[in-house]
Amino acid sequence: MNDLIRQVIAEHGRLPVDVHALGDEADLYRAGMTSHASVNVMLAIENAFDVEFPDAMLNRSSFESIAAIAVALAALNQEVAA
Amino acid sequence: MTTLTVIAGTRAERDQTFVDTVCRLADDVAATHADAVDREARFPIEAIDALRAHGALSAFVPCALGGGGVSFGALATACLELGRRCGTSAMVFAMHQIQVATMVRHLDDAPWFADYLRDVAAGQRLIASATSEVGTGGDMRRSVAAVTPADGGWLTFEKQAPTVSYGAYADDVFLTLRRAPEAEPGDQVIVLARAEQTTLEQMGSWDPLGMRGTCSPGYVVRARIAAEQMLPTPFARVCTESVVPISHILWSHLWLGIATDAFDRARAFVRASARRQPGTQPPSAQRLSHLMSELSLLRAETSSGLADFLAGSEEPGRERLSTMAAVLRFNNLKIAASEQAPRICQGALSVCGIVGYKNDTPYSVGRHLRDSLSACLMVANERIHQTNAGLLLIAKDV
Repeated sequence: MNDLIRQVIAEHGRLPVDVHALGDEADLYRAGMTSHASVNVMLAIENAFDVEFPDAMLNRSSFESIAAIAVALAALNQEVAA
Repeated sequence: MTTLTVIAGTRAERDQTFVDTVCRLADDVAATHADAVDREARFPIEAIDALRAHGALSAFVPCALGGGGVSFGALATACLELGRRCGTSAMVFAMHQIQVATMVRHLDDAPWFADYLRDVAAGQRLIASATSEVGTGGDMRRSVAAVTPADGGWLTFEKQAPTVSYGAYADDVFLTLRRAPEAEPGDQVIVLARAEQTTLEQMGSWDPLGMRGTCSPGYVVRARIAAEQMLPTPFARVCTESVVPISHILWSHLWLGIATDAFDRARAFVRASARRQPGTQPPSAQRLSHLMSELSLLRAETSSGLADFLAGSEEPGRERLSTMAAVLRFNNLKIAASEQAPRICQGALSVCGIVGYKNDTPYSVGRHLRDSLSACLMVANERIHQTNAGLLLIAKDV
Protein backbone atom coordinates (compact mmCIF):
# COMPACT_ATOMS: atom_id res chain seq x y z
CA MET A 1 0.00 0.00 0.00
CA ASN A 2 2.75 2.42 0.98
CA ASP A 3 4.49 1.87 -2.35
CA LEU A 4 1.38 2.82 -4.28
CA ILE A 5 0.90 5.88 -2.05
CA ARG A 6 4.52 6.84 -2.63
CA GLN A 7 4.04 6.48 -6.37
CA VAL A 8 0.97 8.73 -6.30
CA ILE A 9 2.89 11.36 -4.35
CA ALA A 10 5.79 11.12 -6.80
CA GLU A 11 3.37 11.86 -9.62
CA HIS A 12 1.17 14.51 -7.99
CA GLY A 13 2.91 15.85 -4.88
CA ARG A 14 5.29 18.13 -6.81
CA LEU A 15 7.90 17.70 -4.12
CA PRO A 16 11.26 19.35 -4.66
CA VAL A 17 12.88 16.17 -3.28
CA ASP A 18 12.71 12.52 -4.35
CA VAL A 19 9.81 10.96 -2.48
CA HIS A 20 11.53 7.57 -2.59
CA ALA A 21 14.22 9.03 -0.35
CA LEU A 22 11.59 9.99 2.26
CA GLY A 23 10.58 7.69 5.10
CA ASP A 24 6.96 6.72 5.68
CA GLU A 25 6.76 9.08 8.66
CA ALA A 26 8.41 12.09 6.96
CA ASP A 27 6.34 15.27 7.00
CA LEU A 28 5.30 15.86 3.41
CA TYR A 29 4.46 19.52 4.02
CA ARG A 30 7.89 20.13 5.52
CA ALA A 31 9.29 18.35 2.46
CA GLY A 32 7.65 21.01 0.31
CA MET A 33 4.17 19.76 -0.59
CA THR A 34 1.97 22.83 -1.10
CA SER A 35 -1.69 22.89 -0.12
CA HIS A 36 -2.54 23.05 -3.82
CA ALA A 37 -0.50 19.93 -4.55
CA SER A 38 -2.04 18.17 -1.56
CA VAL A 39 -5.50 18.49 -3.14
CA ASN A 40 -4.15 16.74 -6.23
CA VAL A 41 -2.63 14.03 -4.05
CA MET A 42 -5.98 13.51 -2.31
CA LEU A 43 -7.76 13.23 -5.65
CA ALA A 44 -5.18 10.84 -7.05
CA ILE A 45 -5.24 8.65 -3.93
CA GLU A 46 -9.03 8.42 -4.19
CA ASN A 47 -8.62 7.39 -7.78
CA ALA A 48 -5.79 4.90 -7.20
CA PHE A 49 -7.55 3.11 -4.33
CA ASP A 50 -11.07 3.61 -5.67
CA VAL A 51 -12.30 5.24 -2.46
CA GLU A 52 -13.92 8.52 -1.43
CA PHE A 53 -12.59 10.18 1.67
CA PRO A 54 -15.26 11.86 3.78
CA ASP A 55 -14.49 15.54 4.49
CA ALA A 56 -13.59 14.72 8.09
CA MET A 57 -10.56 12.80 6.79
CA LEU A 58 -9.54 15.41 4.25
CA ASN A 59 -7.48 17.45 6.64
CA ARG A 60 -3.87 18.35 6.86
CA SER A 61 -2.95 15.72 9.42
CA SER A 62 -4.44 12.81 7.41
CA PHE A 63 -2.15 13.68 4.52
CA GLU A 64 0.98 14.83 6.29
CA SER A 65 2.92 11.59 5.72
CA ILE A 66 2.75 8.36 3.78
CA ALA A 67 2.03 6.50 7.04
CA ALA A 68 -0.84 8.91 7.86
CA ILE A 69 -2.39 8.37 4.44
CA ALA A 70 -2.12 4.59 4.95
CA VAL A 71 -3.88 4.92 8.32
CA ALA A 72 -6.66 6.98 6.72
CA LEU A 73 -7.07 4.40 3.94
CA ALA A 74 -7.18 1.55 6.47
CA ALA A 75 -9.82 3.36 8.52
CA LEU A 76 -11.87 3.90 5.41
CA ASN A 77 -11.65 0.23 4.38
CA GLN A 78 -12.73 -0.83 7.86
CA GLU A 79 -15.77 1.42 7.58
CA VAL A 80 -16.65 -0.17 4.25
CA ALA A 81 -16.19 -3.68 5.67
CA ALA A 82 -18.28 -2.96 8.76
CA MET B 1 1.11 40.32 47.57
CA THR B 2 -0.28 39.56 44.17
CA THR B 3 -1.88 42.47 42.41
CA LEU B 4 -4.72 41.37 40.22
CA THR B 5 -5.54 43.33 37.12
CA VAL B 6 -8.69 45.27 37.78
CA ILE B 7 -11.31 43.79 35.54
CA ALA B 8 -14.21 46.14 35.10
CA GLY B 9 -17.41 44.13 35.14
CA THR B 10 -18.43 41.21 32.98
CA ARG B 11 -17.28 40.64 29.43
CA ALA B 12 -20.62 41.93 28.14
CA GLU B 13 -20.08 45.17 30.06
CA ARG B 14 -16.52 45.49 28.80
CA ASP B 15 -17.75 44.92 25.24
CA GLN B 16 -20.42 47.59 25.61
CA THR B 17 -17.99 50.17 27.01
CA PHE B 18 -15.47 49.42 24.28
CA VAL B 19 -17.98 49.63 21.43
CA ASP B 20 -19.48 52.85 22.85
CA THR B 21 -16.00 54.38 23.08
CA VAL B 22 -15.08 53.40 19.53
CA CYS B 23 -18.41 54.78 18.23
CA ARG B 24 -17.73 58.07 19.97
CA LEU B 25 -14.16 58.30 18.63
CA ALA B 26 -15.39 57.36 15.15
CA ASP B 27 -17.89 60.24 15.23
CA ASP B 28 -15.74 62.82 17.01
CA VAL B 29 -12.30 62.11 15.57
CA ALA B 30 -12.19 59.70 12.62
CA ALA B 31 -15.09 61.36 10.76
CA THR B 32 -13.64 64.85 11.25
CA HIS B 33 -10.36 64.00 9.54
CA ALA B 34 -11.55 61.38 7.03
CA ASP B 35 -11.62 63.70 4.01
CA ALA B 36 -8.19 65.22 4.73
CA VAL B 37 -6.68 61.78 5.32
CA ASP B 38 -8.08 60.69 1.95
CA ARG B 39 -7.18 63.83 0.01
CA GLU B 40 -3.63 64.07 1.34
CA ALA B 41 -3.04 60.29 1.45
CA ARG B 42 -1.79 60.73 4.99
CA PHE B 43 -1.88 58.41 7.99
CA PRO B 44 -5.00 58.91 10.20
CA ILE B 45 -2.87 59.88 13.16
CA GLU B 46 -5.69 61.66 15.06
CA ALA B 47 -7.97 58.61 15.03
CA ILE B 48 -5.20 56.15 15.87
CA ASP B 49 -3.90 58.35 18.70
CA ALA B 50 -7.44 58.68 20.08
CA LEU B 51 -7.88 54.89 19.96
CA ARG B 52 -4.51 54.53 21.69
CA ALA B 53 -5.51 56.98 24.41
CA HIS B 54 -8.48 54.73 25.22
CA GLY B 55 -6.48 51.50 25.18
CA ALA B 56 -8.28 50.26 22.07
CA LEU B 57 -5.13 48.83 20.46
CA SER B 58 -5.06 46.15 23.17
CA ALA B 59 -8.83 45.70 23.45
CA PHE B 60 -8.58 42.03 22.49
CA VAL B 61 -5.56 41.28 24.70
CA PRO B 62 -6.77 39.28 27.72
CA CYS B 63 -7.23 41.21 30.98
CA ALA B 64 -4.59 39.01 32.60
CA LEU B 65 -2.01 40.51 30.22
CA GLY B 66 -3.22 44.04 30.83
CA GLY B 67 -5.53 44.28 27.84
CA GLY B 68 -9.19 45.17 27.50
CA GLY B 69 -10.44 41.58 27.42
CA VAL B 70 -13.24 42.26 24.94
CA SER B 71 -14.83 39.60 22.75
CA PHE B 72 -14.01 39.02 19.09
CA GLY B 73 -17.54 40.06 18.22
CA ALA B 74 -16.96 43.45 19.84
CA LEU B 75 -13.80 43.86 17.78
CA ALA B 76 -15.76 43.18 14.59
CA THR B 77 -18.42 45.72 15.61
CA ALA B 78 -15.68 48.29 16.25
CA CYS B 79 -14.33 47.76 12.70
CA LEU B 80 -17.82 48.27 11.31
CA GLU B 81 -18.38 51.47 13.29
CA LEU B 82 -15.00 52.93 12.32
CA GLY B 83 -15.68 51.95 8.70
CA ARG B 84 -18.82 54.07 8.74
CA ARG B 85 -16.75 57.17 9.46
CA CYS B 86 -13.31 56.60 7.91
CA GLY B 87 -12.40 53.54 5.83
CA THR B 88 -8.69 54.15 6.29
CA SER B 89 -8.86 54.37 10.10
CA ALA B 90 -10.98 51.21 10.13
CA MET B 91 -8.48 49.36 7.94
CA VAL B 92 -5.49 50.37 10.08
CA PHE B 93 -7.38 49.31 13.20
CA ALA B 94 -8.50 46.02 11.61
CA MET B 95 -5.03 45.11 10.32
CA HIS B 96 -3.52 45.73 13.75
CA GLN B 97 -6.23 43.64 15.43
CA ILE B 98 -5.69 40.73 13.01
CA GLN B 99 -2.10 40.54 14.26
CA VAL B 100 -3.10 40.91 17.92
CA ALA B 101 -5.93 38.36 17.72
CA THR B 102 -3.68 35.85 15.96
CA MET B 103 -1.08 36.09 18.72
CA VAL B 104 -3.72 35.91 21.45
CA ARG B 105 -5.16 32.72 19.93
CA HIS B 106 -1.78 30.97 19.60
CA LEU B 107 -0.05 31.82 22.85
CA ASP B 108 0.50 28.16 23.84
CA ASP B 109 4.12 27.67 24.85
CA ALA B 110 5.02 31.14 23.63
CA PRO B 111 6.04 33.11 26.73
CA TRP B 112 7.82 35.76 24.66
CA PHE B 113 4.55 36.54 22.90
CA ALA B 114 2.67 36.82 26.20
CA ASP B 115 5.26 39.35 27.38
CA TYR B 116 5.04 41.14 24.06
CA LEU B 117 1.25 41.46 24.36
CA ARG B 118 1.79 43.00 27.81
CA ASP B 119 3.95 45.61 26.08
CA VAL B 120 1.28 46.18 23.43
CA ALA B 121 -1.21 46.89 26.21
CA ALA B 122 1.13 49.06 28.29
CA GLY B 123 2.55 51.06 25.38
CA GLN B 124 -0.36 50.80 22.91
CA ARG B 125 2.08 49.61 20.26
CA LEU B 126 0.81 49.56 16.68
CA ILE B 127 1.70 46.42 14.68
CA ALA B 128 2.17 46.45 10.91
CA SER B 129 1.87 43.41 8.74
CA ALA B 130 4.27 42.22 6.04
CA THR B 131 2.84 38.90 4.93
CA SER B 132 3.03 39.45 1.17
CA GLU B 133 6.32 39.08 -0.66
CA VAL B 134 7.88 39.85 -4.02
CA GLY B 135 8.28 36.61 -5.99
CA THR B 136 5.42 34.56 -4.53
CA GLY B 137 2.73 35.70 -6.97
CA GLY B 138 0.52 36.85 -4.11
CA ASP B 139 0.46 33.45 -2.41
CA MET B 140 0.63 34.10 1.35
CA ARG B 141 1.34 30.40 1.93
CA ARG B 142 4.81 30.62 0.39
CA SER B 143 7.82 32.63 1.47
CA VAL B 144 11.14 33.44 -0.15
CA ALA B 145 12.91 35.18 2.74
CA ALA B 146 14.14 32.90 5.51
CA VAL B 147 15.03 33.14 9.16
CA THR B 148 18.82 32.84 9.09
CA PRO B 149 21.14 32.08 12.02
CA ALA B 150 23.67 34.82 12.78
CA ASP B 151 26.41 35.50 15.34
CA GLY B 152 25.66 35.38 19.04
CA GLY B 153 22.58 33.19 18.71
CA TRP B 154 20.64 35.91 16.89
CA LEU B 155 18.53 35.33 13.82
CA THR B 156 18.35 37.70 10.87
CA PHE B 157 16.24 38.09 7.77
CA GLU B 158 15.67 40.37 4.80
CA LYS B 159 12.23 40.37 3.20
CA GLN B 160 11.04 42.28 0.11
CA ALA B 161 7.44 43.14 0.95
CA PRO B 162 5.41 44.82 -1.82
CA THR B 163 2.99 46.33 0.71
CA VAL B 164 3.56 46.88 4.40
CA SER B 165 0.43 48.34 5.93
CA TYR B 166 1.27 51.74 7.53
CA GLY B 167 4.89 50.56 7.77
CA ALA B 168 6.35 53.98 8.57
CA TYR B 169 3.87 54.55 11.42
CA ALA B 170 4.00 51.16 13.09
CA ASP B 171 5.95 50.26 16.18
CA ASP B 172 6.55 46.62 15.29
CA VAL B 173 6.18 44.29 12.29
CA PHE B 174 4.39 40.95 12.06
CA LEU B 175 5.59 38.85 9.14
CA THR B 176 5.88 35.42 7.56
CA LEU B 177 9.22 33.84 6.73
CA ARG B 178 10.61 30.43 5.87
CA ARG B 179 11.58 28.64 9.06
CA ALA B 180 15.26 28.27 8.06
CA PRO B 181 17.51 28.87 5.04
CA GLU B 182 17.05 25.25 3.91
CA ALA B 183 13.27 25.16 4.56
CA GLU B 184 10.80 24.75 1.71
CA PRO B 185 8.73 27.80 0.60
CA GLY B 186 5.64 26.46 2.39
CA ASP B 187 7.45 25.74 5.68
CA GLN B 188 6.70 29.11 7.24
CA VAL B 189 6.68 30.71 10.66
CA ILE B 190 5.27 33.95 12.00
CA VAL B 191 7.83 36.38 13.35
CA LEU B 192 7.22 39.50 15.41
CA ALA B 193 10.09 41.97 14.96
CA ARG B 194 10.23 44.94 17.31
CA ALA B 195 10.89 48.44 16.03
CA GLU B 196 14.34 48.72 17.59
CA GLN B 197 15.40 45.47 15.89
CA THR B 198 14.08 46.41 12.47
CA THR B 199 14.95 48.69 9.56
CA LEU B 200 12.54 49.49 6.77
CA GLU B 201 13.83 50.64 3.40
CA GLN B 202 10.99 52.03 1.34
CA MET B 203 10.54 50.76 -2.22
CA GLY B 204 8.32 52.81 -4.48
CA SER B 205 5.63 55.34 -3.68
CA TRP B 206 2.06 55.41 -2.32
CA ASP B 207 -0.60 57.23 -4.32
CA PRO B 208 -3.48 54.76 -4.65
CA LEU B 209 -7.12 55.07 -5.70
CA GLY B 210 -8.58 54.43 -2.26
CA MET B 211 -7.67 53.54 1.32
CA ARG B 212 -5.18 56.31 0.76
CA GLY B 213 -4.34 56.99 4.39
CA THR B 214 -3.18 53.45 5.08
CA CYS B 215 0.21 54.55 3.67
CA SER B 216 1.26 51.05 2.65
CA PRO B 217 4.12 51.20 0.14
CA GLY B 218 6.60 48.39 -0.29
CA TYR B 219 9.62 47.99 1.96
CA VAL B 220 12.69 45.86 2.31
CA VAL B 221 12.32 44.69 5.90
CA ARG B 222 15.56 43.75 7.67
CA ALA B 223 15.76 42.69 11.29
CA ARG B 224 17.78 40.85 13.90
CA ILE B 225 15.62 38.86 16.30
CA ALA B 226 15.82 36.20 19.00
CA ALA B 227 14.61 32.63 18.38
CA GLU B 228 11.62 33.01 20.73
CA GLN B 229 10.20 35.73 18.48
CA MET B 230 9.05 32.98 16.11
CA LEU B 231 5.56 31.78 16.99
CA PRO B 232 5.89 28.05 17.87
CA THR B 233 2.70 27.00 16.04
CA PRO B 234 3.47 26.48 12.32
CA PHE B 235 2.04 29.16 10.05
CA ALA B 236 0.01 26.61 8.09
CA ARG B 237 -2.14 26.02 11.17
CA VAL B 238 -2.17 29.64 12.35
CA CYS B 239 -3.22 30.68 8.87
CA THR B 240 -6.25 28.38 8.67
CA GLU B 241 -7.41 28.78 12.26
CA SER B 242 -6.79 32.48 12.66
CA VAL B 243 -5.10 34.73 10.09
CA VAL B 244 -7.41 33.99 7.15
CA PRO B 245 -10.82 33.82 8.89
CA ILE B 246 -10.03 36.77 11.17
CA SER B 247 -8.84 38.91 8.25
CA HIS B 248 -11.89 38.08 6.18
CA ILE B 249 -14.29 38.77 9.06
CA LEU B 250 -12.76 42.06 10.22
CA TRP B 251 -12.35 43.32 6.64
CA SER B 252 -15.94 42.38 5.79
CA HIS B 253 -17.17 44.29 8.80
CA LEU B 254 -15.32 47.44 7.86
CA TRP B 255 -16.44 47.14 4.22
CA LEU B 256 -19.98 46.79 5.55
CA GLY B 257 -19.33 49.97 7.55
CA ILE B 258 -18.26 51.85 4.41
CA ALA B 259 -21.29 50.57 2.47
CA THR B 260 -23.61 51.44 5.37
CA ASP B 261 -22.45 55.05 5.40
CA ALA B 262 -22.85 55.27 1.61
CA PHE B 263 -26.40 53.96 2.06
CA ASP B 264 -27.04 56.43 4.91
CA ARG B 265 -25.92 59.29 2.68
CA ALA B 266 -28.21 58.12 -0.11
CA ARG B 267 -31.05 57.90 2.41
CA ALA B 268 -30.37 61.44 3.64
CA PHE B 269 -30.42 62.63 0.05
CA VAL B 270 -33.81 61.00 -0.63
CA ARG B 271 -35.28 62.41 2.59
CA ALA B 272 -34.11 65.89 1.67
CA SER B 273 -35.75 65.55 -1.75
CA ALA B 274 -38.98 64.27 -0.20
CA ARG B 275 -39.08 67.16 2.25
CA ARG B 276 -38.92 69.65 -0.57
CA GLN B 277 -42.06 68.16 -2.15
CA PRO B 278 -44.25 66.69 0.57
CA GLY B 279 -46.84 64.23 -0.73
CA THR B 280 -44.88 63.07 -3.77
CA GLN B 281 -42.44 60.22 -3.63
CA PRO B 282 -39.16 61.27 -5.24
CA PRO B 283 -38.00 58.97 -8.07
CA SER B 284 -34.85 58.18 -6.09
CA ALA B 285 -36.92 56.68 -3.24
CA GLN B 286 -37.47 53.43 -5.06
CA ARG B 287 -33.83 53.13 -6.03
CA LEU B 288 -33.03 53.51 -2.34
CA SER B 289 -35.30 50.59 -1.57
CA HIS B 290 -33.40 48.45 -4.10
CA LEU B 291 -30.18 49.55 -2.44
CA MET B 292 -31.44 48.49 0.95
CA SER B 293 -31.97 44.93 -0.33
CA GLU B 294 -28.35 44.88 -1.45
CA LEU B 295 -27.20 46.15 1.94
CA SER B 296 -29.25 43.47 3.72
CA LEU B 297 -27.42 40.76 1.80
CA LEU B 298 -24.06 42.15 2.85
CA ARG B 299 -25.20 42.44 6.47
CA ALA B 300 -26.45 38.86 6.49
CA GLU B 301 -23.29 37.40 4.97
CA THR B 302 -21.06 39.38 7.32
CA SER B 303 -22.89 38.47 10.50
CA SER B 304 -23.31 34.80 9.61
CA GLY B 305 -19.58 34.62 8.82
CA LEU B 306 -18.83 35.99 12.28
CA ALA B 307 -21.28 33.56 13.93
CA ASP B 308 -19.73 30.56 12.13
CA PHE B 309 -16.25 31.63 13.19
CA LEU B 310 -17.27 32.07 16.83
CA ALA B 311 -18.93 28.65 16.86
CA GLY B 312 -15.83 27.00 15.32
CA SER B 313 -13.51 28.82 17.73
CA GLU B 314 -15.34 27.58 20.82
CA GLU B 315 -14.71 23.93 20.04
CA PRO B 316 -11.64 22.37 21.66
CA GLY B 317 -8.83 22.17 19.09
CA ARG B 318 -10.85 24.41 16.75
CA GLU B 319 -10.96 21.49 14.34
CA ARG B 320 -14.01 22.73 12.53
CA LEU B 321 -12.04 25.75 11.33
CA SER B 322 -9.57 23.48 9.52
CA THR B 323 -12.19 21.65 7.47
CA MET B 324 -12.49 22.32 3.77
CA ALA B 325 -16.04 23.53 4.33
CA ALA B 326 -14.73 26.18 6.74
CA VAL B 327 -11.94 27.29 4.40
CA LEU B 328 -14.46 27.64 1.59
CA ARG B 329 -16.92 29.42 3.88
CA PHE B 330 -14.52 32.15 5.00
CA ASN B 331 -13.11 32.54 1.50
CA ASN B 332 -16.63 33.03 0.21
CA LEU B 333 -17.30 35.64 2.88
CA LYS B 334 -14.34 37.65 1.58
CA ILE B 335 -15.31 37.28 -2.07
CA ALA B 336 -18.97 38.13 -1.45
CA ALA B 337 -18.35 41.11 0.84
CA SER B 338 -15.59 42.58 -1.33
CA GLU B 339 -17.88 42.48 -4.38
CA GLN B 340 -21.02 43.61 -2.60
CA ALA B 341 -19.57 46.67 -0.79
CA PRO B 342 -18.52 48.60 -3.93
CA ARG B 343 -21.80 47.58 -5.57
CA ILE B 344 -23.68 49.32 -2.74
CA CYS B 345 -21.45 52.40 -2.90
CA GLN B 346 -22.07 52.65 -6.63
CA GLY B 347 -25.80 52.24 -6.02
CA ALA B 348 -25.66 55.08 -3.52
CA LEU B 349 -23.94 57.19 -6.16
CA SER B 350 -26.73 56.55 -8.63
CA VAL B 351 -29.32 57.54 -5.98
CA CYS B 352 -27.53 60.81 -5.16
CA GLY B 353 -26.49 61.66 -8.70
CA ILE B 354 -24.18 64.63 -9.19
CA VAL B 355 -24.23 65.68 -5.52
CA GLY B 356 -22.93 62.23 -4.66
CA TYR B 357 -20.27 62.46 -7.34
CA LYS B 358 -18.99 65.81 -6.08
CA ASN B 359 -16.44 65.49 -3.30
CA ASP B 360 -17.69 68.34 -1.13
CA THR B 361 -21.37 67.72 -0.38
CA PRO B 362 -23.03 65.96 2.57
CA TYR B 363 -24.00 63.25 0.06
CA SER B 364 -20.51 62.63 -1.42
CA VAL B 365 -19.79 58.92 -1.82
CA GLY B 366 -16.67 59.05 -4.00
CA ARG B 367 -14.37 58.20 -1.09
CA HIS B 368 -16.61 55.29 -0.10
CA LEU B 369 -16.58 53.91 -3.62
CA ARG B 370 -12.82 54.27 -4.00
CA ASP B 371 -12.09 52.80 -0.56
CA SER B 372 -14.40 49.85 -1.18
CA LEU B 373 -12.76 49.07 -4.53
CA SER B 374 -9.63 48.01 -2.66
CA ALA B 375 -11.58 45.10 -1.17
CA CYS B 376 -11.33 42.74 -4.14
CA LEU B 377 -7.56 43.32 -4.36
CA MET B 378 -6.62 42.66 -0.73
CA VAL B 379 -5.66 39.10 -1.53
CA ALA B 380 -6.97 39.09 -5.09
CA ASN B 381 -10.37 37.46 -5.43
CA GLU B 382 -9.19 35.41 -8.43
CA ARG B 383 -6.46 33.86 -6.28
CA ILE B 384 -9.08 32.92 -3.69
CA HIS B 385 -11.28 31.46 -6.43
CA GLN B 386 -8.28 29.40 -7.56
CA THR B 387 -7.93 27.95 -4.04
CA ASN B 388 -11.66 27.32 -3.78
CA ALA B 389 -11.74 25.67 -7.20
CA GLY B 390 -9.06 23.23 -6.05
CA LEU B 391 -10.90 22.44 -2.82
CA LEU B 392 -14.19 21.92 -4.65
CA LEU B 393 -12.58 19.11 -6.63
CA ILE B 394 -12.23 17.08 -3.47
CA ALA B 395 -14.54 18.42 -0.73
CA LYS B 396 -17.89 16.67 -0.35
CA ASP B 397 -19.90 18.50 2.35
CA VAL B 398 -19.78 22.16 1.46
